[in-house]
This record gives sequence, structure tokens and C-alpha cells, in this order.
Amino acid sequence: MAIQKVQNNKAWFMVMPVLILVAISAIIPLMTVVNYSVQDTFGGNEFFWVGTEWFQEILASERFHNALLRTLLFSGLILAIEIPLGILIALAMPKRGWGVSVCLVLMALPLLIPWNVVGTIWQVFGRVDIGLLGHSLASLGIDYNYTQNNLDAWLTLILMDVWHWTSLVVLLCYSGLVSIPEVYYQAARIDGASRWAVFRFIQLPKIKRVLLIAVLLRFMDSFMIYTEPFVVTGGGPGNITTFLSIDLVQMAVGQFDLGPAAAMSLIYFLIILLVCWVFYTVMTSYDNDEQSNGGGAQ
Amino acid sequence: MASIQLQSLAHRYPSAPDYALHSMQQNWSDGGAYALLGPSGCGKTTLLNIISGLLRPSEGRVLFDDIDVTDLTTEQRNIAQVFQFPVVYDTMTVAENLAFPLRNRGIGKNEIEKRVADALQMLDLQERANDRARSLTADDKQKISLGRGLVRTDVQAILFDEPLTVIDPHLKWQLRTELKKIHQRFQHTMIYVTHDQTEALTFADQVIVMYEGAVVQIGTPQQLFETPEHTFVGRFIGSPGMNVLPCEVDGSDAVFAGKRIPLNKAIASSAARFELGIRPEHITLSASDGIPLTVTALEDVGRHIVVRGEIEGAKVSALVKDGVAIPENPCVSFDAAHINLYADDYRVGSGRGD
Repeated sequence: MAIQKVQNNKAWFMVMPVLILVAISAIIPLMTVVNYSVQDTFGGNEFFWVGTEWFQEILASERFHNALLRTLLFSGLILAIEIPLGILIALAMPKRGWGVSVCLVLMALPLLIPWNVVGTIWQVFGRVDIGLLGHSLASLGIDYNYTQNNLDAWLTLILMDVWHWTSLVVLLCYSGLVSIPEVYYQAARIDGASRWAVFRFIQLPKIKRVLLIAVLLRFMDSFMIYTEPFVVTGGGPGNITTFLSIDLVQMAVGQFDLGPAAAMSLIYFLIILLVCWVFYTVMTSYDNDEQSNGGGAQ
Repeated sequence: MASIQLQSLAHRYPSAPDYALHSMQQNWSDGGAYALLGPSGCGKTTLLNIISGLLRPSEGRVLFDDIDVTDLTTEQRNIAQVFQFPVVYDTMTVAENLAFPLRNRGIGKNEIEKRVADALQMLDLQERANDRARSLTADDKQKISLGRGLVRTDVQAILFDEPLTVIDPHLKWQLRTELKKIHQRFQHTMIYVTHDQTEALTFADQVIVMYEGAVVQIGTPQQLFETPEHTFVGRFIGSPGMNVLPCEVDGSDAVFAGKRIPLNKAIASSAARFELGIRPEHITLSASDGIPLTVTALEDVGRHIVVRGEIEGAKVSALVKDGVAIPENPCVSFDAAHINLYADDYRVGSGRGD
């Protein structure tokens, strides 16, 4: 027994570097935020305990409610467009031959571009005076201006995100699709299954796991989106595209309200955690059912 | 149910230099149980996929009941197929899986319920009818794959592509028995691909042995055992396989290791190579009578002992019943009635029994 204990202690040393790294990169900064969220400061190094006051203030503020609604709407639209679109493109992609690598490279391109560059590209692309998109629309007589029109601003941001991130959904779904053994399709042909039935009963169940990852990633990313809308619209016109993240930065860096900003980031964090948990639970509930009912292998 | 005819059927995969299947002419009768037996890569799965319509042959025709189905799709041919790995629709229950091919064909609800209930009973899966198909064991999943064929009344033939590969050994036997029962009851034309001779011999009335893309023999299990038409069949069937010993032919005698073995007829053949085929079961060992054998190994396989040895460089195996003494320096003698003579691998004659 004594020998075993020594070995166990050594193992702790092995994970020590990771623990230290995680502590520095995540836990300590998070605790700092927690620290700010329950105190007030008037500069210098004076702090006053305020308890949950900041949290109450944020949760009651209309500004927060509006930003939250905008962000939820944005994420909802992004998921509603990118997930089905990604599945469709993945289904349409070739499964073998030279087309595969061409498609994969084309799909990967938008993912390789830095966030702020994507923002800049679309900011220029949409400009009515020099942008290809903006100018073309203007020449067609369509009144498009994302800096003034609310709907245009939203459309531009959604289009940009779809352009930027649908590839991720495509690549994930494609990886799921190519891993389906050929016999499933053969069996379906023998059973006389329609194209829709093949999708509904073979392809969709088989890509469900990667689809869950795609949904979680796209939700988290779009819910936290900051750089691209900041570059393209800066939260405007007015504050129609001021999402939680932009609002948070305005509060923390613009107004220097560290206490409320810290409280807001914690609430923000908890919302993301909660929504991800809901997604995860709903999408895996079927698997859990099965584990509790069914015996048997595999 | 239908008879199956293959007319001058051959297949070459595009870009492959050689034929995967060499030209063959086959006529398989309605309601027969056939096994396609051969080692991996001999073309049996290719042949099966051609019959099921998953693959179009590059040459020749496939006929079901004298109707040309070569250009028909799998769906139009109305066949059922059970694959090597169980295919079930994960999200459906067992009963829904069985109903799936019927629903796709637009059959009425009551009729579906009736047929699914029949199939469940036949496969002994009633208790699991409402369980998710995914939670079943591999052998039950294979039963579902089979069941999706059994529920259909329009099935021309049921094809099996090494269906017992992933099944536990003790369940293989059970499943095979059930298959056999189902065949006897419904008289479906069944074609069963396997590389396992036990499976083929117990399942089928007629075993089709394939080797390097060609059919080398069709026969009952007994024919394959006693008169293999090709040295490959002799080697492949039986455990251990037939001894194939190089020999010379002199009139109506074969000469092996200086000993003359009388044949049933005089052989006039210009073949480059003659060989004797004799099963280990038909070799007797004695202390002095026969050709001396250099023993290299003894393998105890339970009821028998396999004696491995050499005669003039040719490997010879013999079976000795457990408990029978093996002489120190044994000599072998062959049971002449069970000798076969091969010229360039094909059977041309046999030994003359007394």
C-alpha cells in the first residue's frame, strides 16, 4: 500500500503543469471577475463590498434585456440557417474522386481568415460607394445601406456569419457522412427506401453526434460574437446590432463600470453554460433512454 | 421466388487489369439453398452483388425466372440481402425495422402489422418488438436484417454475404439452424456467401466453390469431399485438406515415390503436371507396409491425431484415431478407392478400388 501511495503522489506532479496553466489562464482571471462583481471601486485601490447589488442592477436593466434578446435572436437565426444549409452542402459534396479535395479546400478557406479580417472584408464589401456588394445592389436600384438601415445591418451580419462559419458545419457533417458504411445505403436500396427515408433513418441518426458538436460550437461562437460586428457596424445603427459582447466591452472599457461589467460577464457566462446544457441534454436524451431501457451489446 | 440463371457472366472492374469474375454459366433452381464458398478475394461477393443488382456485370446477363434483370436496379429485382455487418435502422424499434420495407412499398397498415407479427414470431423476437433495434446483440440484429426480407412476399431470392462473421461461435450454430428451418418452411431461393466450409456444407444443398474468380466445382457436400474436381477444392474442403502429391502417369498406373498405384482407366493426357489427391482420412499408417514417411509433427485435435510428414519432399498429412498407436518409423498406404488423379489441377481419373 505504501508503494502505491508514493506512485499516486508522483502522478500529481505530472498533472501539475496543466493545473498551473489552467489556474493562470482560467481560474484566477475568473476569480478576479467574481471579485469585481461584488465590490465597488472609486479608483485608487479602494474597494467596498456591495453584495449582489450589481447583479440585481444588471438583471433589472432594460439595456441588458435588449442586448440579450438581440444576441439570442442572432444566435437563433444563425443556427436556423447554418445547420440546415451545412447539412445540405455536406450531402451534396462528392464522396470520392478529385472533387473531394477541391471542395474541402474551398470549404476550409473562410475558416482560415482571422475574425477582424472577415469583418473588414465585409465592411468594405458592403459599402455603397466602393464595395462590390453594396455598389452592385445600389446600381440595381436596391436601397441598401448597412450603416443606416437596421434590417440591412442585420442582413449583412448574418450573411457574413453564414459565409464565415457554415463551412464548419459542412466539414463536421461531411466527416459524419463519409463514415457511414456503404452497406447501409445498399440495405436501404434493397428495402426500397426513398431519398428522404435514407436521410431521415440513416444519415441523420449517424451524423447526430457531430451535429451536436456543430450546434454547440455555432451557438457558443455566435452568442459570443464580438469582432466581426464590432468592425462592420460597431453595434449600430443606433444600437440595433449591439450584442451582449459589444455592450459588455462598452460598459467595461468605455464607461469603466468594472463592477456591473463583471456581474454582467458572469451572468453572460452562466447563460451560455445553461443553453449549452439544454442543447446537450435534449440532443442526447434519446441515447440516455436507450441505455436505461435496453440491455445488449453495442 | 425465382430460379437464377447467369449467362456468360463475367466482370472486370474498371481500371483493373484482370477479370474479377471469369466467364461463367450457371443455372440455379427455384427454392434451392446454394452456398458460394471460397477464400477471401475469390470473387464471391462480387458475384453476389451482381445478382442483387448493386453491381452491373461488365459482360453477360442475369436472368430471374427467364426474365432478363441485368439492367434492373436492386429495388426492381425484389431481392433481399443480409450483409456481413448487421444493418439496422438505429432510431427505429425492432417492429418498425421489419415494417420499413413494407411501408416503403406502400402496403396497408393492417397487412403490415400482420406480416411483422409473423416475422417476429418466426425469428423469435416477439419480446423485443418494441425495443430500439440499436440495443440488440449482433445476432439479433442479423435476424432483423433477415426479417426485413422475410416480411416481403415479393422476394425473388434472399442473399447472404457472410452473415455470421460477427456472431459469437455458439450462436452461429443456432442461427444457422434457424436459417435452415426458415428455408425448409418457405422454400425461398437462398444464396449464401461464406469462406467457412462448415457453414457452407451445413447450410446448402449445393455448394459452389469459387477460386480466383471462377467456379471450380458445384456439388453436394459429399461430392465436394469425395471427388473434388479441382485440387483447390480438395485442399480447401476438409480439415486438414486433401494431400496433393506430385506423381507420374504410366499407362493405367500412377507412380508415386517408386510405388505404382492402379487407376480406374488408362490416362492419355498431354498435361504438364500430374498429381494424386488423397484425403488424410484415407491414409493408414503401419510399421512396415507401404511408403516410408518422415514424421515432422503431431497435432492432437481431440478425437484424432494429425500426423504431418514428408515423402520425397511432398507434404503428407494423415489422420490417426485417438488411442491408436503410431509406429516409430511409420509407412503409409493409401485407400485406392478414394484416390483422385489430377492433370494440371483438374480431376481426370481415380484410383481403382478392389
